[in-house]
Amino acid sequence: MRHTISVLVENKFGVLARIAGLFSARGYNIASLAVSETLNPQTSYMTIVVAAQDEKILEQIKKQLNKLIDVITITDFTKKEHVDRELVLVKVNYSTKDRAGLEAIFNKYIGKIIHHQDDTAIIEAVGDQAQIKSLLDELDKFGIIELTRTGKLAINKG
Amino acid sequence: MTGAQILIKCLKREGVEVIFGYPGGQVLPIFDEIYDMDIKFILTRHEQGAAHAADGYARATGKVGVCIATSGPGATNLTTGIANAYMDSIPIVAITGQVKSSLIGNDAFQEADVTGITRPITKHNYLVKDVKDLSKIIAEAFYIASTGRPGPVLIDIPSDIQLADAEFTWPEIVNIRGYKPTCFGHPGQIKKAAKLIAEAKRPIIYAGGGVITSAAHLELRKLAEKIKAPLTWTLMGVGGFPGTHELSLGMLGMHGTAYANHAIMESDLIIAVGARFDDRVTGRLDAFAPDAKIIHIDIDPASISKNVKVDIPIVGDARNILGELLEQIEKVPNTVEWLETVENWKKKYPLKYKDGEKIKPQYVVEQVYEATKGGAIITTEVGQNQMWAAQWYKYDSPRTFISSGGLGTMGFGFPAAMGAKMGCPNKTVIDIAGDGSIQMNIQELGTCVANKINVKVFILNNGYLGMVRQWQELFYKRRYSQVRISSPDFVKLAESYGAVGIKVTGKEEVRPAIEKALKIDNTVFIDFHVEPEENVYPMVPAGEAINKIIGGLA
Repeated sequence: MRHTISVLVENKFGVLARIAGLFSARGYNIASLAVSETLNPQTSYMTIVVAAQDEKILEQIKKQLNKLIDVITITDFTKKEHVDRELVLVKVNYSTKDRAGLEAIFNKYIGKIIHHQDDTAIIEAVGDQAQIKSLLDELDKFGIIELTRTGKLAINKG
Repeated sequence: MTGAQILIKCLKREGVEVIFGYPGGQVLPIFDEIYDMDIKFILTRHEQGAAHAADGYARATGKVGVCIATSGPGATNLTTGIANAYMDSIPIVAITGQVKSSLIGNDAFQEADVTGITRPITKHNYLVKDVKDLSKIIAEAFYIASTGRPGPVLIDIPSDIQLADAEFTWPEIVNIRGYKPTCFGHPGQIKKAAKLIAEAKRPIIYAGGGVITSAAHLELRKLAEKIKAPLTWTLMGVGGFPGTHELSLGMLGMHGTAYANHAIMESDLIIAVGARFDDRVTGRLDAFAPDAKIIHIDIDPASISKNVKVDIPIVGDARNILGELLEQIEKVPNTVEWLETVENWKKKYPLKYKDGEKIKPQYVVEQVYEATKGGAIITTEVGQNQMWAAQWYKYDSPRTFISSGGLGTMGFGFPAAMGAKMGCPNKTVIDIAGDGSIQMNIQELGTCVANKINVKVFILNNGYLGMVRQWQELFYKRRYSQVRISSPDFVKLAESYGAVGIKVTGKEEVRPAIEKALKIDNTVFIDFHVEPEENVYPMVPAGEAINKIIGGLA
């Protein structure tokens, strides 16, 4: 089961290594990780999607993270009202005759062409996991050459 | 002031009495200040010795131990000692030199990524990037090392930072927003625990190293006496409860007493205090104490429900919580029948060994106990010597048994004894060693003699790496693979360093040799030639339920 947690950390040298090291040392799996400064440049948010077999392991992960001195707070979005988004960049095979087909997909789902060159186009899309998945399923028939994604970001509602 | 001057001034402010260490290229500015500082400095013969000595000092005194080494190999030599302190939650501050800031990452001479290497074995570590941060970092390091669940903190100081100038400032209060250890237990949880205790029929107290860290031994004793529950302890908990007390069951787990293991397995309530349900204690987890509800008192929330499911977790300092719990307990359980059952196990499966004509290692430990009247600080190496020292010496007060529990570091006991002696100069300090382990840090003989650190090393010399041999005997069809180990002539070796060596081959010489050693005002090695193939019993094979005891005595 995947859980999204957000870790507010001191924006200090080596913090990412501490977090990543904790996961690898204790055998936990990171599905995705997004790191950036917050409004306050002294702190960063790390949004981590963890794959934990059960609640007990998730609890351990949170407790172990909390023990790190540079970790300030942890938010577990599992049982919280929140929105989450991911950004994906997809390079697909493209010719002008594909335009209408792609537009139809973008109308139904999400995404836009941000660059095209020769016979490829780069599509950008922002959405939740289900939206991204639907988009990628649709784009599959055009032939996905390459894709890169940010990992999930999440924020509390209210 | 220079960074090096700031460092020494901060250590002074922290009340550091002694530093163990070794100089080198990237700590020259610091050692130039050490030259005329008024803190004692002990030059060890190996950086590992310095780390273990700082650890032993911390265990014996409860204060923060300090060690220092140069960059690269100096720092990597500290790491075993740091990992050892980390596993046993011992407060030490390790200071390492680092190559100049401008050279970091360039594979400079004697460069190693020390904060990287020590990240998983320290509670926290720092690479100092600006001399202006140095005093704050040192204050934080001591605070982090000694509070909450204690542990080692490392400060890596590049040589240019040691030379850089800054004004000295001292933070009177340390405030780290990401670090707020819980000290007091939740009152609701404590009430629930008191209720559960009142309802118990077969309660047992299981005490670990946290009792010693938080100095909760008096409260622990009051609790056991108030609710009339038998009490067992872990290797780290030895000394947290009087070994001579009628409610004491001795140590539990793999080499615990049969009666402690039976008692915890049959209990209906386990009150765990500052212990972490380590695999050496629980044995096979799914078979562990099937009828027992568990109250778990621990300062580290991550220790709770890590290995076993806990019914009532109480996070906080053991001493505070036990004090509060004692007030909350109004009704005490009736344990008369239970204590009788436990007493019967004690009679049926006593801790014993078969004495013979040869010197039995257990006999040596018993004689050490009698000769010192239980008043010594005992350190141990790791293996059979460690288990016999835990089983056959009765410890009545905390901080008198110093042993590498979690990491199981051979070579720990001798330098740790050195550190303990520096912290407690009026105590007799004895390292109960094996012939294998003692050879791992034997170079510290030089440190002891040069600094007149009067410790005794009693070697239970069986010519084997005994614990590994025991496992090979029991589980590998006696195929003794690389466990026969030769030793130097320990008497001559001791003498060559300027210490005293005594060789004991006959049983009747054991006690006189101990008495003699205790009277000599010098480091003494006694080489006891003991029964070569003696085993540590009782024993629970790894991965078995802890009432599946082998050894014919259970």
